[in-house]
Amino acid sequence: MEGVERLFERMVHEHQDRLYALGYALTGNRHDAEEVAQDTLLKAYRALLTYPPERVRDLKQRAWLHRIAVNVARNRHRGVRPPVVELNGSEPDAAPGPEAQAIDRALVNGVMSSLASLPPRYREAVVLRYVQDLPYGEVAEALDVPVGTAKSDVHRALKMLRGENDDRHHE
Amino acid sequence: MTAITSDLKKVGSLKAPAGFAARVLASAGLADQYARFDTVLGPVFVAWNRIGVSAAMRAPNPLEFEEWFAHDVRRPLIAGEPPADLEAKIADQLNGKRRMRFDLRGLTEFEQAVLMKALEIPRGQVRPYSWIAREIGHPQAVRAVGTALANNPIPYFIPCHRVIRADGVIGNYGGGGPEAKKEILSLEGVRLPKLQELARHGLRYEGVRSTKVYCYPTCHHAKRALEKNVIWLHDATEAKSKGFRPCKVCRPEAA
Repeated sequence: MEGVERLFERMVHEHQDRLYALGYALTGNRHDAEEVAQDTLLKAYRALLTYPPERVRDLKQRAWLHRIAVNVARNRHRGVRPPVVELNGSEPDAAPGPEAQAIDRALVNGVMSSLASLPPRYREAVVLRYVQDLPYGEVAEALDVPVGTAKSDVHRALKMLRGENDDRHHE
Repeated sequence: MTAITSDLKKVGSLKAPAGFAARVLASAGLADQYARFDTVLGPVFVAWNRIGVSAAMRAPNPLEFEEWFAHDVRRPLIAGEPPADLEAKIADQLNGKRRMRFDLRGLTEFEQAVLMKALEIPRGQVRPYSWIAREIGHPQAVRAVGTALANNPIPYFIPCHRVIRADGVIGNYGGGGPEAKKEILSLEGVRLPKLQELARHGLRYEGVRSTKVYCYPTCHHAKRALEKNVIWLHDATEAKSKGFRPCKVCRPEAA
């Protein structure tokens, strides 16, 4: 019990940034990003409490957490609201530090709105591969698809992102 | 292609906002939150988590409370917005109503038993250390009871101040020393000078002639007896020899 608590504390500190970034890439705004990251970690904690010690020990944390996070993000948006792109960064506690400025540049470049326009399947694949920098094996694991499918989804997504940018030039 | 992937990478460099980890740990019940409350005892810092109130201390500033908490409770702690009903619960608890829930997870079984027993002592009453020791089934462990009470992480609310020495000495107090203990007991209506005077003469119990029952002097049943019916007793043997039986409420002996 005590062991799981310490393990979870370390897990929170080690993975909080990447889960927040993942939440941001999937939902398009800081508020939902924080909710996705928080729900993911709380789900992970509740699961850890029920797992036998061997399973906890052998857990591949990064892939496991990404899989939970993808499901959390999917369930939030299932049939309800489309991802919202927040262009002004109006969150009061989100003072624009250097990384926020990097994000804002990316926003200006339109990558967030392009992402938001992708069908979820392709958005998830390309976000896991390029935003989160996961190897294809973990992308496949997180999405629960074969590696070949993950690869072709990522490439399809990139094609769509490029295509959409091109369309925009024509407009 | 490269532009897109490098933009995607920038999104991946985003950092979680300040305080995020502590908020997650607090939601999981692994970090406690605290706030300052104004009470009849003056300002008191109170920490809580999803299980209940986990610590309390009068401290001059938040930093000292945080340091004390880190040393004594050893869990992550963040300043927080208290649950809506906590302020009312704090007032009620100090008023003698017992509706507060506590988190005593960090303590040993023995320490928890001592504190739960102290919670049974009503406001305005006191019991000796030996009473707690006997009631929790460790009649020899009087000193250990003293240590457990001195390390009470939730003084004021778990009323360790209501435990004093049988000889009338107030005894040490983790919530601010013997003077603070006297002050709180007086505030609760305990007539300490009279109690200490009796104790100095070796008089521990109050017998009520009309009922043939003997009590601790602060017991509700002792306090409501008519003056003319009261006699003072040194010990259980004397009480027994004079035909008294122990009170079933304050239990001066296993009754």
